[in-house]
Amino acid sequence: MKLDTSGLESAAPLVGASSGFLDGFADAPSFEVPTTNDFDGFQKEAIQMVKPAKGTTTLAFIFKEGVMVAADSRASMGGYISSQSVKKIIEINPYMLGTMAGGAADCQFWHRNLGIKCRLHELANKRRISVTGASKLLANILYSYRGMGLSVGTMIAGWDETGPGLYYVDSEGGRLKGMRFSVGSGSPYAYGVLDNGYRYDMSVEEAAELARRAIYHATFRDGASGGVASVYHVGPNGWKKLSGDDVGELHYHYYPVVQGAVEQEMVEVAGA
Amino acid sequence: MTKEHANWSPYDNNGGSCVAIAGANYCVIAADTRMSTGYSILTRDYSKICKLADKAVLASSGFQADVKALQKHLAAKHLIYQHQHNKQMSCPAMAQLLSNTLYYKRFFPYYAFNVLGGLDSEGKGCVFTYDAVGSYERVGYSSQGSGSTLIIPFLDNQLKSPSPLLLPAVDAVTPLSEAEAIDLVKTVFASATERDIYTGDRLEIVVLNADGTRYEYMELRKD
Repeated sequence: MKLDTSGLESAAPLVGASSGFLDGFADAPSFEVPTTNDFDGFQKEAIQMVKPAKGTTTLAFIFKEGVMVAADSRASMGGYISSQSVKKIIEINPYMLGTMAGGAADCQFWHRNLGIKCRLHELANKRRISVTGASKLLANILYSYRGMGLSVGTMIAGWDETGPGLYYVDSEGGRLKGMRFSVGSGSPYAYGVLDNGYRYDMSVEEAAELARRAIYHATFRDGASGGVASVYHVGPNGWKKLSGDDVGELHYHYYPVVQGAVEQEMVEVAGA
Repeated sequence: MTKEHANWSPYDNNGGSCVAIAGANYCVIAADTRMSTGYSILTRDYSKICKLADKAVLASSGFQADVKALQKHLAAKHLIYQHQHNKQMSCPAMAQLLSNTLYYKRFFPYYAFNVLGGLDSEGKGCVFTYDAVGSYERVGYSSQGSGSTLIIPFLDNQLKSPSPLLLPAVDAVTPLSEAEAIDLVKTVFASATERDIYTGDRLEIVVLNADGTRYEYMELRKD
C-alpha cells in the first residue's frame, strides 16, 4: 500500500535533498512502520501504551447567520483527567474551523496538515478553498489510512463562496454534509438539547446560547466531558470566538442556588 | 505469522517524573535523575533534561532509548536550523517541531512523555505538554511521567492557573516569583518521591530567565 504523505513537509528544504550531510532530515518526512508481521497486534499494544485521550462533546450547526461551533475541553485516560484545557476547536484558517474528537494527536496533526493544504490551494488558485473541498481533502487522507488505527471524528465548519458549510468527517472514511452534527461520547446529551431548541432563523446570540447550553448539559451527564465550554461563530467575515465558560460556573448560571429556609432566617437575623 | 513475532515487545518503561512551570519572566524545568526497570534501579544519576536551544529545554520520561533517540534527532534538526537561519530556534517553533517529530512515528511511537519549557519571543515563560504521539498544548504548568498523577493535583491546588480557553481571557502564567516556583518544584518532588517508586534519588532543576540558564540540584530519598 502506498501512503499519501504529500504535503507532510511544512517547508521545502533549502539545501538540495541529495546533499549527503542531511540524509534523513532534509528529505520529505514519511511514517515509519514497525518491522513486524503482526501490525494490528503491535498497534493494539502500542495504543495501549500511549493511551489516547478520549471522551468529548463537540457540536456544530448551520443557522440563518452562519455556523455555530462549540466544544468542551476535557481529556481523560480511563478515569484520570489528563487535561481540562484542550483546544478541541482547531482554527484551520480565518474562515474555517475543525473540531476534535477521538485521538488528540491524530486530529491535531491532520488539521494542521489540512491548514497547509488549504493555504497552498489559496496560493495556487488565488481564491479560498470551499468547505466541500477542504473536507474532501481530509476525508481522502483519512481514507488512505483506513484500518491503520487512526481515530478521528471531526466536523469541518466554515464560510466559502457558497455561504456556510458544514461536513462531518471520520477516520472510517465517512463524510456527510448536514445542517446539524454532534460528535463524541457526550453527543447523545448534546443532541437532546440541540434538537429540542434548534430553529433555522435564530439570532447569533440565541444560537450561541443554544450551543453553550447543549455543551453544558452534555458535560453534566457525561463524565468524560467537562472543563470549558467554548463557542465559535463563523460568518461571512470569518470565525470569531464568542465565549469560553468554565462549566463548573455555568452550572450556577443555569441552576442558581436557592436559599434554604434556615439560611434565609440566618440572613434576616444578621440584618436585624 | 510465527509465535516469536506475537511476543515482540520493543518497549520498556524506565519511569521518572518531569515538571515545568512558566512564570512572567522565567521558566522552571525539573526532573528526577532515577532510572529504573521494574523494581530494579538501573542508576541514580541519569539526567532526563536536554537543553535543545538557548530558550528551549526538554524534559522527558518513558523509555530511555526512545528518549535518547528523540533528543539526538531534535539536536540534529536544530543544528541544521542554525546553519540555515543563523539563529537559535524559538521555544514555540521547537514545540511544533517536537509535535511533528512525534507524529511521524505515529505507527511506531517514541515511548516518551515530554514537557518542553522555555521563553517565548517576549521573554515570557512557556510550557508545552505532549502525549506520546504528538498532541500538544501550551499551558501554565505541567507534569509528565510516572509521578504525574501525584504531582498534577498538587500543582492544580497551589497554582490553579485559569484555563487559556476562557473568554474574556485570563493570563495563564503563574503568579509565583522565581524563587517561590523553585521552592514549589522542590516540594512536589519531595512529595512524589514519598509515594512513587520510580521517582527519587536526585532532583535536577533548570531555571531559564533573561540572564540565561541556571542549574540547581537537590537530593531526594534514595530508597
